[in-house]
Amino acid sequence: MPHPFRDVAVVGIHNTQQAKVLEGHDSQSIALEASLGAIDDAGLSPRDIDGVVGGLASNFLYQSRIGPAWRSMSPLGIPAVLEGAMAIACGLATTVLVATGEAGSYREHSRTAPWTRPTHEFVASYGMFTAAEFALMARRHMHMYGTTAEQMAHVAAVIRNNGSAHPGAVYSGRGPFTAADILDSRMIADPFHLLDCAMTSEGATALVLSRADRADDLAHRPVYLLGGGTDHLGPSYQHPPAWDLGGVRRPDLIGGHVGRRAAEEAFATAGLGPSDVDVCEFYDPFSFEIIRQFEAFGFCAEGEGGAYVTSGAIEPDGATPVTTDGGTMSFSHGGAAVQLIQRVVCGVEQLRGTCASMQVPGAEVAMCTGGGSGALFTDVLLLGTERP
Amino acid sequence: MTVLRAGTGDIPRPVPGPLSRPWWDGCAEGVLRFQRCEDCGAATHTPALLCASCASRRLTWTDSSGRGEIYSWTCVWRPVTPSMKVPYVPLIVTMEEGWWMLANLVGCAHDEVAIGLPVEVEFHRFDDGFVLPYFHLT
Repeated sequence: MPHPFRDVAVVGIHNTQQAKVLEGHDSQSIALEASLGAIDDAGLSPRDIDGVVGGLASNFLYQSRIGPAWRSMSPLGIPAVLEGAMAIACGLATTVLVATGEAGSYREHSRTAPWTRPTHEFVASYGMFTAAEFALMARRHMHMYGTTAEQMAHVAAVIRNNGSAHPGAVYSGRGPFTAADILDSRMIADPFHLLDCAMTSEGATALVLSRADRADDLAHRPVYLLGGGTDHLGPSYQHPPAWDLGGVRRPDLIGGHVGRRAAEEAFATAGLGPSDVDVCEFYDPFSFEIIRQFEAFGFCAEGEGGAYVTSGAIEPDGATPVTTDGGTMSFSHGGAAVQLIQRVVCGVEQLRGTCASMQVPGAEVAMCTGGGSGALFTDVLLLGTERP
Repeated sequence: MTVLRAGTGDIPRPVPGPLSRPWWDGCAEGVLRFQRCEDCGAATHTPALLCASCASRRLTWTDSSGRGEIYSWTCVWRPVTPSMKVPYVPLIVTMEEGWWMLANLVGCAHDEVAIGLPVEVEFHRFDDGFVLPYFHLT
């Protein structure tokens, strides 16, 4: 059986300016900037696009009058990329734009960002928000395995130092940090200090997927989808985020390991394993999430994530460099969806050899992820330089 | 040391749905309730149409002992909205009947919380009649 994504390639990417506030922009205008940037990066013109993913990409569809065209409303991260790739693989489109952006929706900071605040009846009255949800997972892991705040802080320091070296990061030049600096920042939701947590910012990002047989004539060396998967346990921020939350089909795949099945599927499709991954563009909403993902994906044994991340493995010159543009802690966290797509964009940059901060020499396989255990989901995408 | 207290009057109110109405009615009566499966005996929370263990639809609202132990916790110092007074402690409690629930801890110092400690439910009635369950250490 041929590889399901053999005929798909990522051919264009673009991050707009990322900033705490993007004056003069709203989500639609900045997402349009990202769309045009990614199409230009591919060496294409708007009229080459015949499919779009996301509500804001749909706005591009109208403004450029390229319709009628294929459209998906999938709004979030890796599922959006997979859906665009599936449309191409199925022959529903030849060239798909995935775009999202956010600006102007969170500028009054007495409350946490709107996308962090659930309204569900079983959490809202208890002051829950994303940091508290993820902290409940991290605390359980500390209890079970002795994972420490210092180990988490080391993760945050590494990622923030990556972003500090990135000229396009919101916190460019804001570093270097040590684990002690992270621990010295004020407590947000124990065990997470301020610098263990994602920031909030504004920005947009987009990428263009194309039929692989057309990709070789475009502006950049194409990047391929080697495999992907999505693991979801239910809606985020409604039900107790218990580490041991189990399902009936595979009781071994508990809440704390969400993403394991997705990674297994992605690796199986790719014919690869964790040791083949050159760069880990892991989603980093909170420092602990990196520890959790290395365990969930099989890079280390259960309970050994804390030791793994402090072994030198996640630094830019380590075996599995992590979140090389600074991620949501330093590069940008533009809202509900932007930063999820940006993990894929950074993976593409690494495989092109153009990451502006911590380029991994000769990177051929990138593992991009999104979501997190406090949110009860994790999505996985493996990218590669070789056509599968 | 800061003693943890129930939220003040302007915290967000839940909007019960048809599935969860018995839960909130129980709270108003001072009783914590969960759904017990008549076929396999498993406990289910949050309110559902299906048993989480065997998918039976024969779920019966059952009174809980209100006792359990702390499964996980966090102490929040950056409030989600100004209506929440810090510090406050969200926690997950493993109830005696084998179900998890999320709530806040009250009645002790913020640094007394630990996984495994026994807790018991208490109900806080707000001025508008809304009743919310909390837990205290026993």
